[in-house]
Amino acid sequence: MDRMLTIHVFRYNPQDPDSTPHMQSYYIDETESMTLFIVLNRIREEQDPSLQFDFCCRAGICGQCAMVINGRPNLACKTKTKDLPSQITLLPLPFFKLIGDLSVDTGTWFREMNTRVESWIHTQKEFDPAAEEERMDNDTAEKIYELDRCVECGCCLAACGTARMREDFLGAAALNRIARFVLDPRDQRQEKDFFEIIGNDQGIFGCMGLLGCEDVCPKNLPLQDQLGYLRRKMGIYALKNLRSTKKTC
Amino acid sequence: MVETIYTDLLCLGAGLAGERVAIEAAGAGFDVICLSIVHSKRSHSSAAQGGMQAALGNSVMGEGDSPDIHFQDTVKGSDWGCDQEVARIFVDTAPIVMRELAYWGVPWNRVVGGKGSYYKGGQKFEKVEDAAKEGLITSRNFGGTAKWRTCYTSDGTGHAVLYTMDNRATQMGVKVHDRIEAIAMIHDGETCQGVVARCLRTGKLRVYLAKATLVATGGYGRIYKNTTNAVICEGGGQSIALDTGLVPLGNMEAIQFHPTGIVPTDILVTEGCRGDGGTLLDKNEDRFMPQYEPEKAELASRDVVSRRMIEHIRKGFGVKNSYGDDNLWLDIRHLGEAHIRTKLREVDEICQNFLGIDPLHQLIPVRPTHHYSMGGVRTNKDGAAYGLKGLFAAGEAACWDLHGFNRLGGNSLAETVVAGKIIGGKVVEYLKGASATFNTAIVDGFIKKEQARISALIHGSGKENVFELRTMMQDALMAGVGIFRNEKDLEKAVRTIQEVQERAKNIGLKSNGLGANPELGLALKLPGMVRLAQCVAYGALQRRESRGCHAREDYPARNDRDWLTRTLATWDEGADLPTLNYEAATPTFELPPGERGYGGGKIISADESEA
Repeated sequence: MDRMLTIHVFRYNPQDPDSTPHMQSYYIDETESMTLFIVLNRIREEQDPSLQFDFCCRAGICGQCAMVINGRPNLACKTKTKDLPSQITLLPLPFFKLIGDLSVDTGTWFREMNTRVESWIHTQKEFDPAAEEERMDNDTAEKIYELDRCVECGCCLAACGTARMREDFLGAAALNRIARFVLDPRDQRQEKDFFEIIGNDQGIFGCMGLLGCEDVCPKNLPLQDQLGYLRRKMGIYALKNLRSTKKTC
Repeated sequence: MVETIYTDLLCLGAGLAGERVAIEAAGAGFDVICLSIVHSKRSHSSAAQGGMQAALGNSVMGEGDSPDIHFQDTVKGSDWGCDQEVARIFVDTAPIVMRELAYWGVPWNRVVGGKGSYYKGGQKFEKVEDAAKEGLITSRNFGGTAKWRTCYTSDGTGHAVLYTMDNRATQMGVKVHDRIEAIAMIHDGETCQGVVARCLRTGKLRVYLAKATLVATGGYGRIYKNTTNAVICEGGGQSIALDTGLVPLGNMEAIQFHPTGIVPTDILVTEGCRGDGGTLLDKNEDRFMPQYEPEKAELASRDVVSRRMIEHIRKGFGVKNSYGDDNLWLDIRHLGEAHIRTKLREVDEICQNFLGIDPLHQLIPVRPTHHYSMGGVRTNKDGAAYGLKGLFAAGEAACWDLHGFNRLGGNSLAETVVAGKIIGGKVVEYLKGASATFNTAIVDGFIKKEQARISALIHGSGKENVFELRTMMQDALMAGVGIFRNEKDLEKAVRTIQEVQERAKNIGLKSNGLGANPELGLALKLPGMVRLAQCVAYGALQRRESRGCHAREDYPARNDRDWLTRTLATWDEGADLPTLNYEAATPTFELPPGERGYGGGKIISADESEA
């Protein structure tokens, strides 16, 4: 526990006309059970109160603190220094708009994504406050929750090859969200409805199958399975649709 | 030029309470904006693990449950500190709200018919779920309840419900302005008219004017050094309401300590661990709760379990840890792999990530830690704040007052959505009858005041370090206003906080304060946080009895003769202490004061004459 850590941090404050993007190094003595949450807060309080970074729950639950840690996107709050070498490089997540230093604007992107994929139950049924709830098989509920565990941290987009090339790519977070609603019997959307949203290069057919998303997801979501499942489902739909279109010609 | 945005309803906070109210107003055709300091899906509601209490009575262990039993549990849990009219409205509405959430998309765990097993106090028991109830919303056991009543989605209930709610809000056209922090409330002495806010992307000020404003900013746990709360839980909403000098905060001294924060980070592991059959062990790995609480054991209310844990540690049964502190053990090993990895998977992840242990094979080091604020912006049963028209509050930010001096596990997460629905309806009624006139001179006055504060912090001659002052305040509360309290320690805390308040007038920034500068952000907030801390400490000093979480070593009895009251704290500009007034805890008694059935405290009855 007597290591001196060197933390190289990306610095840039777009609101300060004198600021230019650069790396800055801080030195800090390692303590027991140290996480990057502790490291960054100590740097801010003891060395540099201007340092911008984001934490919220600090328990790996809310997805606020994603950043690139020694080349790999992850949640900073649950990253322990003992699992890292003494030289630690921290960069803001790529893909999202920079706010300053390590802070990026995931909120705007995710809100737009939720609107684009219409991330809610589509149903013609009305809610009846006097009626018993509609029944659901517990296994189905658990399968939905498995995919509902996404914390919208943005790691999957930061690690995505397609997202690097096209800004309008929906990425694994949105595709996983669609998979969640495909599973949900309460959502009355049909294949064609989902195809309209993701049956294109911004959606499932833009995925190159590099699967950086699966490698870095801090919640270990089964993204590879969902991407494969949706690609097959949407591919089959496209083929069927192509045939039926021909017949009618 | 300060940008001005107008809306019908302005919600401060986009967690469950804020968004639930917003949805109700948007559904009635009103324009709604929620301000949030983080992406709305990161609101602290997302960290709630265990579940929501509602008397659906679907699971076999919840059979025969009813709102009446839920009511009794809640009032007893509150140690008769709650508003019984509010508790009644809450318990009657909760089941409907759970079903509505199911309709919106929450993947509640469901009843599985047939034989199964469960654990209680480390022992395995059999249960048979009614096949006729298969597929209905099921429930788990929580502390202080007569029935299994807590609806849940694994141990990610807050997350699952918040995601559904936020998506529903998007669908309904609710606008969320995230990374915006309200720093002052605009009012004309009678009506609240909106807020001055600071953009946390650019640092620029902005004005929001609204017909109605809702405070739904959550709790204020970060005034304590050690807390389960997210770093954003700094009491922003309560603080700007208090600063009006008109709006009282209720029962600020009522602070809940949760039995199972992990050591040393104080991250919460859910009460569901004990509800599902986990036990608390001491240094000899002996189960100790039954000797203190023969009937409820680990599942007495949180205030009682936390006190018993400290009592046991004081007797020398704590486990010495390397942080110079004592802890106890939470044991969930016997619950088995299938249960831990599905129903307690967040706990499993927290143990692996932050403790480096596997809870299937190892004991979890826990200690009671700050968790919840029962107090907040005092409202009537409609959610309307005292003191200013057009101002409402809901959820943890409010003192509605469902929880009195101790809230039951599962009642606060349920409160966010149940109160949100009810208060949302009342806000709609208000908006239908409201028209607003905004006086630009008043608005400009509030803007100028905030600009002057910012300028003084950046260009002034102050030398005080904002981080050091925050630590001083947090340490003062930890030392003096913890689980057990007494006059000497409380007086010391009050004095220290007065000193912090004085020194906070001379904060100087070390950095340039440009843009979304975090040092400036804290410097703007700290004086308000210090005032909240003083409301907690001074309220606790003045309350000379023990009730629920407020345990005075020098006044150990619950005193229904003199203290069946709610503290109301207001703050006059320039004062160094709050002004405290008191009102009756409840307008009516559906359940007259009596024994809780756990905790073993003495009671001075309302009928006893002065000794």
